[in-house]
Amino acid sequence: MRKIENVICPVCGSLCDDITVYVEDNRVVEVENTCAVGRAKFLNYGLHRKPKPLIRKNGELKEASIEEAVRRSAEILTESKYPILYGWSSTSCEAIRVGLELAEEVGGIIDNTSTVCHGPSILSIQDVGIPSCTLGQLRHRADLVIYWGSDPYSAHPRHIERYTVFSEGRFQKSGWRSFIRRLSGKLVKKRLSRVAELILRRKLTFPEEKYALPPYFISEEERKLVVVDVRKTRTAEVADYFLQVKPNTDYEVLQALRMLVNDQDLEVDEVAGIPVRTLEDLADLMISCDFGILFFGVGLTMSKGKLRNVDAALSLVRDLNKRTKFLIMPMRGHYNVTGANVVFTWQTGYPYAVDFSLGYPRYNPGETSVVDILRRGECDAGLVVASDPVSNFPASAAKTLVDNPLIVIDPDVTPTSMMADVVFPSAYIGIEAEGTAYRMDHVPLRLKKVVEPPPNCLPDQEILARILREVRRIRRG
Amino acid sequence: MALLIRNGYVYDPMNGIDGEKMDILVEGGKIVDKLKSAEYEVIDASGMIVMPGGVDIHSHIAGSEVNAGRLLRPEDHAKDVELKTEITRSGVGYSVPSTFTTGYRYAKMGYTTVMNPSMPPLEAKHTHEELCDTPIIDKATYPLLGDWWFVLEYLRDGKIEECALHVAWMLYATKGYAIKLVNPGGLEAWGFGRNVRDIDDPVPYFNVTPREIIRGLCKVNKLLHLPHTIHVHTNNLGKPGNYETTLQTMKCVEDLSSGDKPCIHITHCQFSAFKGVDWREFYSGAEDIAKYVNFHKHVTIDMGQVIFTDTTTMTADGPFQYILHELTGNKWVNHDVETETSSGIVPFRYRRRSYVHSIQWCIGLELALLIRDPWRIFLTTDHPNAGPFTSYPQVIGWLISRKAREETLSKLNKRARETALLPSIDREYSLYEVAIATRAGQARALGLKDKGHLGVGGDADIAIYDVDPRKIDPSTQYDEYVKAFSKAAYTIKEGEIVVRNGEVVKVLDGKTYWVKVSSNSEYEVSEDMKRRFTEYWTVQFDNYPVSEAYLKRSKPVQVESEV
Amino acid sequence: MRKLKVYLLTGRTIEQGKAKEFGKTSNLYKDSVAVCYIDPSDMKTLGIKSNTPVKVSTDFGSVVVRAEKSSRGSHPGVVYIPYGPWANQVVDPETHGIGMPSFKGVPAVLEPVPGEKVKEIEELLRDSFGEGSKR
Repeated sequence: MRKIENVICPVCGSLCDDITVYVEDNRVVEVENTCAVGRAKFLNYGLHRKPKPLIRKNGELKEASIEEAVRRSAEILTESKYPILYGWSSTSCEAIRVGLELAEEVGGIIDNTSTVCHGPSILSIQDVGIPSCTLGQLRHRADLVIYWGSDPYSAHPRHIERYTVFSEGRFQKSGWRSFIRRLSGKLVKKRLSRVAELILRRKLTFPEEKYALPPYFISEEERKLVVVDVRKTRTAEVADYFLQVKPNTDYEVLQALRMLVNDQDLEVDEVAGIPVRTLEDLADLMISCDFGILFFGVGLTMSKGKLRNVDAALSLVRDLNKRTKFLIMPMRGHYNVTGANVVFTWQTGYPYAVDFSLGYPRYNPGETSVVDILRRGECDAGLVVASDPVSNFPASAAKTLVDNPLIVIDPDVTPTSMMADVVFPSAYIGIEAEGTAYRMDHVPLRLKKVVEPPPNCLPDQEILARILREVRRIRRG
Repeated sequence: MALLIRNGYVYDPMNGIDGEKMDILVEGGKIVDKLKSAEYEVIDASGMIVMPGGVDIHSHIAGSEVNAGRLLRPEDHAKDVELKTEITRSGVGYSVPSTFTTGYRYAKMGYTTVMNPSMPPLEAKHTHEELCDTPIIDKATYPLLGDWWFVLEYLRDGKIEECALHVAWMLYATKGYAIKLVNPGGLEAWGFGRNVRDIDDPVPYFNVTPREIIRGLCKVNKLLHLPHTIHVHTNNLGKPGNYETTLQTMKCVEDLSSGDKPCIHITHCQFSAFKGVDWREFYSGAEDIAKYVNFHKHVTIDMGQVIFTDTTTMTADGPFQYILHELTGNKWVNHDVETETSSGIVPFRYRRRSYVHSIQWCIGLELALLIRDPWRIFLTTDHPNAGPFTSYPQVIGWLISRKAREETLSKLNKRARETALLPSIDREYSLYEVAIATRAGQARALGLKDKGHLGVGGDADIAIYDVDPRKIDPSTQYDEYVKAFSKAAYTIKEGEIVVRNGEVVKVLDGKTYWVKVSSNSEYEVSEDMKRRFTEYWTVQFDNYPVSEAYLKRSKPVQVESEV
Repeated sequence: MRKLKVYLLTGRTIEQGKAKEFGKTSNLYKDSVAVCYIDPSDMKTLGIKSNTPVKVSTDFGSVVVRAEKSSRGSHPGVVYIPYGPWANQVVDPETHGIGMPSFKGVPAVLEPVPGEKVKEIEELLRDSFGEGSKR
């Protein structure tokens, strides 16, 4: 059994790099330090992966050689006038670089999954900027952590433990002690009630202490965790304070907070159902911290207001910097969606939704973004890399993709690959192939190869390079 | 391919050649005295200027902050696009061009070597990935080490040798070339939204002063025998009255120089040469700085010349960028990097009508014209902070021609025009001096032995400009020179013609230079160090270094250290 | 049968994240995403229990998934379906000119359909995209 340390987990944007992997007979048999999702991936990857590429013939996907699949893909792309190249958030930067070259060569549109995720955040950043940092900065310094419209417990399970409230920093200690205290307090209460019920035959009532305390109550040197969400998420359960907002009212709440932070008076009693007193408490808490961080999730970008919600959040944090140090960061989902934005930007100047049809990069989300193009039915072919738009796009957009010739490069069997014309089962980056990925805070890490891929499963980069060569061969005769 | 460059007017200051008509021979990527092969291409350079390929000591072309600038400014790109051709990739400009466009545009101006001056060590892989996608030019990058916790702690405890060994490891781990300091101490303070006031203001929680950091790293630089000096962006940059901080910074390492060898480089000095108390009472401090530099050989500086245009400012100096955001109200990106550094980005427009901007424009040129030794003042715009690098030919125009300066001066803010010293300066650079300020001097300061000259054995990186110095007077017909320097007639990189008539005709990959220090005591990373590493950073020690695989063409420069 | 007017949210859950790694054709995946988390009080109002099939309808389509009691606090009037092909039958595709459909906070109608079956993935795909040229 081989032990490989400091492996990077290719699942979410936290890119935990302290995973230990045990390999036996070219198979991962045990992992340490991962979250449940990471563990599921390392131990169960490739269960349904096809052994060879597939090409659709007479309506059915049939096995083919890599060469045949490459040729068919190149034909589809060269015959197309306006192909879409989509995905890119779960592959390596090296593959994305080749993908951009391919998109430029065929004069198509290239877009990554941030278009349906943090695309609105990027639009807002282009409007107002963003004060941010790397995650270690928070670990060392943050005494106030806010998750807004994001549920790290479910989407980035180790985020809190590694980078924020439960991590140990130079200037800030971990908040886990008070959490344990609170938990044991809860347990004691539970036991007491049970005893009381048994002996006294009546229910004991305890004051709702946790929520009765004002939110600006800071337990000395320990960090404080605040969660704002439309429902009580798992993260909210470990928070010091949870503020529940109604769906589609984030914008009002954020702008109200902005007014309070800027010492303007709110001449109403409540905003979107939240008493102004509560908002005042939260604003005071934000101003009085030494180093605050606001993480926001797709809860802001996907609900009513979209980019305007993020705009308000960014402006709030920018304004807070007049009073204290306050930073903000989007919680990026897929492990390399940040890398996709980064590589797109250095090669083309734009982070997503790049149109090469005029021979140079153009960017105008709403026009050049993939969901809009699909809904308008403008594209005539598709190449999807490591993504599942048929599952993740609104059905009406996915239909255009399915109705046209479709190439899929993905190790997993997905609804998208089931509807494709050419399928390349590829190697898993970070398990069967090396590659670079960017953590949500833009820290690049080198993903490792811990086992060999099956013979007919190449890394994305290699498949794309072969398609590009074939496209050039066809076009240049 | 062998080349014979015939009958050009050659400017090669390192070899003392000042516009002599002569032939240059190229073979195997090097300058040679005799061609071995019988087959060679002849370039007729008669009536043209032949110079070594341009060298840029300070230009932000790659890495996380540059890329954040690109992301921030779609409006900057849409107005300046590059089409894909059979051999070149498409891209966008203007102030923060995409990587391919950056490489092509430098080559078109006859530049072949560019130094990327600001790399957060934690994000070094990003910088190198971008440099790989920056074609044609050779490049190197400086890691930011002035606010690095290990450095602060070593210097606080006076452990210079340990610090040196660690910096050596750092240069290896990040594939870096020189020690960069940005607002030393101030960036650590910015972690909590603060700054340091001057070079004797201790860094909060670390009990070490900027003076100790600058001196300490200057000593480290000497111990390691690094090819370049420490590269310093001063404290208080961009604040009225900061010329005093700059003088103190230069003075504080005076005793550390040996002989005539420089030991400190003050970069984009224009931003650090402000006199006065606020933006209204604001004057040029160039004269004081120039006076000091003229009498002290341990300093080199570069200009950071302001261009009147819309550009994107980006530095690791987080607190300064925040002030700029407060001043302008423009959009602002901040990116603090744990344990190491910070950075900020704000779009900015330099206006002729503004008194302050006009004075800033004067300061850069005053520095260049008042400092007598052209080997110690270099042409830069601190791309893109004071203007994009594509403006270099315009700056050359101002340097070689008083008339060019007067033309611009006449459009400046009236008060600036009346109070500035610049209008009274008559000096005009000769082409020989231009060659020093744009290539020879920079190559020497960087310790790049094969660059910046056309002597036998040097790299065959050559720029040929189609303008006849015997017929066209630089002083009066400067615009002919501006045009010629914008579009090289030929750019030759490692003996290959890459640009002809200002167009890219061949694309090749440049080398990435980095410093490999060999030391007497083999440096071992102790377990204790690894433990501290895990405490300081959120990445594991093993995942931190940049492997050579990230460099398309790796060019290690071996140096022997004293430790 | 009673109906409820609710807001529909979609998003990630840890179960969906885990199940995804077992393959999107697995039963585990279907169990983790063809589900609608409903506030217990709303379930009471509708008179249904966990695993009762419910139909979620919006202006953009309707889908049948199984009901599940939401264990996270109280949020009457808000229901939650994890990301996946089922959720995407009913989300709002309108991008308002910025490329981003509305995946959260979509007004919806919730009704129990005890007799109906939750579609398998193949069936769902066939029904949404038709037999087409490919199939």
